[in-house]
Amino acid sequence: MIRFNHVSKSYPNGVVGLTDVTFHIPKGQFVFLTGHSGAGKSSILSLIFAEQRPTEGDVRVSGYQIAKLTSKEIPRLRRRLGVVFQDFRLLEYRTIEENVAFALEVTGARREGIPNRVMRVLTQVGLASKARAYPKELSGGEQQRVAIARALVNDPHILIADEPTGNLDERATRGIFQLLREINAGGTVVVMATHNMDLVHDTGYRTIELRGGRIVYDSAVDVPEGTP
Amino acid sequence: MKQRTPFREAMLTFRRTPLLSALSVASIGFSLFTVGLFALVALNFRKALDTLAERVEVVAFVLRGTPTEAISQATQDIQAFPEVLSVSYVTSDEALSRARRELVEFREAYQELEVNPLPPSFEIRLQPTFRDAAHAQAVAERLRGFPFIEDVRYGRDWVERLDKIRNIAAAVGLVIGFAFAAVAVVIIGVTIRITVLQRAKEIAIMRLVGATNGYIRGPFLIEGAIKGVLGGALAVVMSWLMFSVFQRTIGDTGTTLAFFRAPEIILILVFGTTIGLGGSIMSVGRQLKNV
Repeated sequence: MIRFNHVSKSYPNGVVGLTDVTFHIPKGQFVFLTGHSGAGKSSILSLIFAEQRPTEGDVRVSGYQIAKLTSKEIPRLRRRLGVVFQDFRLLEYRTIEENVAFALEVTGARREGIPNRVMRVLTQVGLASKARAYPKELSGGEQQRVAIARALVNDPHILIADEPTGNLDERATRGIFQLLREINAGGTVVVMATHNMDLVHDTGYRTIELRGGRIVYDSAVDVPEGTP
Repeated sequence: MKQRTPFREAMLTFRRTPLLSALSVASIGFSLFTVGLFALVALNFRKALDTLAERVEVVAFVLRGTPTEAISQATQDIQAFPEVLSVSYVTSDEALSRARRELVEFREAYQELEVNPLPPSFEIRLQPTFRDAAHAQAVAERLRGFPFIEDVRYGRDWVERLDKIRNIAAAVGLVIGFAFAAVAVVIIGVTIRITVLQRAKEIAIMRLVGATNGYIRGPFLIEGAIKGVLGGALAVVMSWLMFSVFQRTIGDTGTTLAFFRAPEIILILVFGTTIGLGGSIMSVGRQLKNV
């Protein structure tokens, strides 16, 4: 599904985002990316959804080689992915259902089928009753659910979540995390960058820890410290 | 749930940001208004020059005693010149009675004449596009080829001066017109860029969910074209108001000023639309490169 092979990323201003990063995420896995700010979590995510291209090495996502993507292939790749951000990134002047439908419309989906698919994902995230509300009328947790619904509506193979609970209180955080687990249980790969170590420790999901742009720990290959 | 179409999206922008949209249309309108005002001045100046040029006339004096058949044959030949609009033969008597009528101060002198001193002549008016020194000269040379033509006059100095004024006016008009148009393009480009930047977040979200560049551009192009055509219409209305006020202020001077005709109005609207469209294509293109 996702394969990083000796990937390095440096930016035009000289900042090094990643150095020699190698990992493989197979189908159906839930993976946490952890580390301090600037550790390289967002660099990995932006390489996955082709917002950036690697400086060195090879990134492959759903069969696409990121370094060689043409401008026409980028939208095709992104339709196979769902992306969720800490700041929700909803369109404020559109209703909840319009925000979700928007992700279908841009793909050229058949118009007759759009309302049903939108209601299906809104039901899945528990917001069917607020379909006609505007983002400003919802709580932070609810807005993040809308963002997740938008990410899910195209039935993506991979869901990328960049600090999805960063702006939420404890209760909303648990709710969003539970939703992501359910999505993963349906077979979707979930890659979640987070600072919230409580979430990470409470589950047995794979954890990749980054520091200074390098992988310092990967639970899939390393033995955790303190283990005999 | 309303379906999204590029046109509906463009209309939605006008409803959502009425002030910014109105400001964009106004700025496009005022930019084109300055171009329009200059074009009006140029148009009327050219019209005045054309009125002057109408007086360009070639007069060929005919030897007395030339047979009538030769005169009518020559009239047909001259009429066939591509530069010639009309040719009329003026007999000596007609020339004298005209002189008595028009040259009032010499009326008494003409009354006392025993012999008519005025020769018969061909008066030749040229087609509008040939009313310059070079063509008048060419026609004069050809007329001199007739054996019964005594002399040919066309006010050489005057026509050459008119030519110079026309050339200078055309060059100045081109340079200033181009400068005005360039300023308008820059102002309109900046205006559209602001509206695109205001929606940078929306563009980024569209890209994020997999929208193609063509899909993102659609509503912006329609919006730019609508703003351009509205701005053009505003410019025409403002020019007309200014024109009316000016006409009323100067009062009746005996000359009528010209306003844009339908083809010129359409040209302004097309210019506005093209700039609106072009500005949108460039601004959205730059924005798409950044996200």
